Amino acid sequence: MILPELSTLIFSIVFLFLSLGKKKDSAALLAKPLSIIILGISLAGILANGELFSGAYRIDLFSQIFKAVIAYGFCLVIFMLDRQNEIEEAYFPEYIMFLGFSALGLMMLVSSVELISIVIALEVSSYSLYVIIPLRKGQTTVQIEASVKYLFFGAISTGIMLFGMSYIYGIAKSTFLSDILKVLPGVMNQPIGVFALILTLTGFFFKLSLFPMHFWAPDIYEGASNTTTTFIATVPKIGAAALLIRMTMLASASGAQLVNILIVLAAVSMTLGNLVGLVQKDIKRLLAYSGIAHAGYLLMGVLALSKDGYAAAIYYITIYLFMNLACFYVLVLLSKDGKNVVLDDLVGLSRRAPLLAFTLAVGAFSLAGIPPTGGFTGKLFLFMSAFREGHLAIVIIGAVNTAISIFYYLNLVRMSYSKEVESADPIQLTFNEKALCYIFIFLVLYMGIVPFGLLDIFRLAV
Amino acid sequence: MMALHKYLIMNTLCYPILSIVIFLPLAGAILLLFMRGERSIKMTALITSAINFPLSLIIYSGFDIGTEKFQFGEFAPWIPAYNINYVLGIDGITIFLILLTTLLAPLCILCSWTAIERRVKEFMFCILIMETAMIGVFCALDFILFYVFWEAMLIPMYLLIAIWGGPNKDYASIKFFIYTLFGSVFLLVAIIAVYLTTGTFSIPDAMFRDYGFSFQLWVFLAFAIAFAIKVPMFPFHTWLPAAHTEAPTAGSVFLASVLLKMGTYGFLRFCLPITPKASVFFGPYMIALSVIGIIYGGFVCLSQTDMKKLIAYSSVAHMGFATLGIFSFTVFGWEGALLQMLNHGVTTGALFLCVGIVYERTHSREIYDNAGLGKIMPAYVGFFGLFSISSFAFPGTNNFVGELYVLIGIFSQSKLAGFFSIVGALLAAAYMLRLLKQIVWGREDKREIADMKAREVIYLLPLALFVVWMGLFPRPFVQVIEKTLMNLHSQMNIFLR
Repeated sequence: MILPELSTLIFSIVFLFLSLGKKKDSAALLAKPLSIIILGISLAGILANGELFSGAYRIDLFSQIFKAVIAYGFCLVIFMLDRQNEIEEAYFPEYIMFLGFSALGLMMLVSSVELISIVIALEVSSYSLYVIIPLRKGQTTVQIEASVKYLFFGAISTGIMLFGMSYIYGIAKSTFLSDILKVLPGVMNQPIGVFALILTLTGFFFKLSLFPMHFWAPDIYEGASNTTTTFIATVPKIGAAALLIRMTMLASASGAQLVNILIVLAAVSMTLGNLVGLVQKDIKRLLAYSGIAHAGYLLMGVLALSKDGYAAAIYYITIYLFMNLACFYVLVLLSKDGKNVVLDDLVGLSRRAPLLAFTLAVGAFSLAGIPPTGGFTGKLFLFMSAFREGHLAIVIIGAVNTAISIFYYLNLVRMSYSKEVESADPIQLTFNEKALCYIFIFLVLYMGIVPFGLLDIFRLAV
Repeated sequence: MMALHKYLIMNTLCYPILSIVIFLPLAGAILLLFMRGERSIKMTALITSAINFPLSLIIYSGFDIGTEKFQFGEFAPWIPAYNINYVLGIDGITIFLILLTTLLAPLCILCSWTAIERRVKEFMFCILIMETAMIGVFCALDFILFYVFWEAMLIPMYLLIAIWGGPNKDYASIKFFIYTLFGSVFLLVAIIAVYLTTGTFSIPDAMFRDYGFSFQLWVFLAFAIAFAIKVPMFPFHTWLPAAHTEAPTAGSVFLASVLLKMGTYGFLRFCLPITPKASVFFGPYMIALSVIGIIYGGFVCLSQTDMKKLIAYSSVAHMGFATLGIFSFTVFGWEGALLQMLNHGVTTGALFLCVGIVYERTHSREIYDNAGLGKIMPAYVGFFGLFSISSFAFPGTNNFVGELYVLIGIFSQSKLAGFFSIVGALLAAAYMLRLLKQIVWGREDKREIADMKAREVIYLLPLALFVVWMGLFPRPFVQVIEKTLMNLHSQMNIFLR
């Protein structure tokens, strides 16, 4: 029943032992097949059902889907480590181990239906990240600064979340979500209910880098190594989205006050992210602001407080994983000596590596939400679910934001396609790297053109 | 599914003809990815698009002019959770637009045969994808399907300008993209609004329903922004000269001949039937903008020294006639608008091809550099002359018929607008004749410039034939579109009462 978690745990322990031994170079070789096994197990266990620890840990379709998506993201990130040159060889097994622990924490998070276990799972996933952010070769202090910032912001948001949870406990006299569900809707039109839930959600806002908990994102993206950023920017957000959905379900129909607050947060988050994104030069910072904006879009599905909205949100976070990974993968491959990639480095990319340029274009167009990519389909579902519940204002703000954001996404494509260079030394890609690029392109287009199967599963889950 | 039969005649052929015509270029494009060798790539692209044209003639020959319903219908569920379906069908409004697209695609490939020297594979790939998306837009009867095709067009078009464009391509391509996307976003919101009111994404289902007036106003405005940018109507036209001038010849032809038609098509297909009351309410404003566009375009053309820019601005004026016809709310006006769309597609497309031919030889688009070709390139000047006089609606050419219909339509509604559009038509004669005079007699000195090759004659000839045929014998065209437009008119009148 908890095989996905167990296999991830074993994965991490294997690398724990590897890190104690002398042979460090076998780590990368071992990681790939193991991560595929984790993915296989998670997919196989998608229909599992049950409860553990007297109801604190629930395994249902909802959690299993999220676990599979997390495992998928994790697996892709492991495969992307191929060309990594940013982490000291000596620390590499530990690095993979901490990635594994973080994924484990997220998997536990999506199954937790009790406040204490939610906190513990969230912290398991966060602590591993605190450790791996400074692991970056050749930089002086940025990565240390990033890790300290992440640590402090993480601690503060956890504190706020715990404060909110104490309110919830005070209202419901229980830490189990199922008990809270019986009491909380009754007080959702009172300040205490709204405050308790918003404060609790703050912990997940932090992970999602949603306004007002977004300050960390650009600096940490910039400071952490490319591969670490790839992980932070994608996989933890899935877990956070899952819990965001779980927690807002508590408010159910009586959440008008809550919805108003969420609308404001979503609107500010997407506008701020997109406007600041316009002027970014460092692509990782750019993607950080894009992430802030996307957190806002995602919230549109959540604030609909409807089945459709939740399904749309799950769909969106899944496609977000793929399109973001596609963009980051290009950065990882492009980066020389593990340095950050700035916009000017993209010039002539379509000459140097047509496939990379195309992957980046597909990713960027999808982030911008242009058909026939998955980003469009996901955004369409989000818009429709929010519109259906009558939130016209946020839909229009979202639409205007889409138009604003196109500029900087298009800039990525523009740099790699329309700027000419004289000297273009081609980038050689190995078979694995090409295959991974094709997988990303396929996934993004597939989710755009053939959304029905996945969407139906997601609707069943919520 | 049942409701479909009210407005859709399913395809009775044993093969899904519309899907084939839409996706054959896509299949060709995918095939290209696995090919090597410039020549075989060009041939594959040419053959794919060349097969597509006779296929679309099958549609034409099977088209039933006696019904106002959509024909050759195809239906398949796509995203059942939201009632989004894959519905195709064509009627009198779209049939010629599809033919125009399938005709122009092989011509565009031919005209790029030597003009495109680098990244031929990607170029042909983009052209074929464009063709798929353009035909798809005209065939789609589902809002989301329509929107997907509508937007999918943007990316290859953007790449066409951004990679193979002129010196200022960077600015032009990004302006084109952002402008168009800005409009489409509002289109999407309007589509969702209509969906939430009707519960369906089916375009025919959403037509002629009793929406509230204020709902209609907002939806019309959202639609109108998207379509006015695409047409482009004054004052949303500024992306057009830049994009036209910088795009490679094939890109300019597609832009002028097909992409601009999507705006006017949108007005006819969405604004009039879905928001009739709002259309009538905003009608005078749209007419005013059209007239301003016609006159403004004419004056700007008078001062151009760049051939492509001149033709681009003349597009603003010509498309002004099309929107003028649409918002005259008469069958005559609509017929004129449709003919004007078709004619503009052929004539302006041909003019851009002409500019492309001379650009390949002189590497300049300046009128002065290309002046005085009368004695050097007699065949070329012959074609150029025909298309120029057609462009200012000389009687006996195709544009005359279209403008005449539009003028009849608009005069029955507003004398003033009619008067001003006549002024615009005169301006057209002034700037086109000025261009023609320069090109034919402008310079005395003798230069070594080769006349047209057989390949170039081949791709101009069909367009030239069309110009004359349509100009002298327009009845077959009018006949096909008549029924659909009459139906639209009577339906609108029911709802306006």
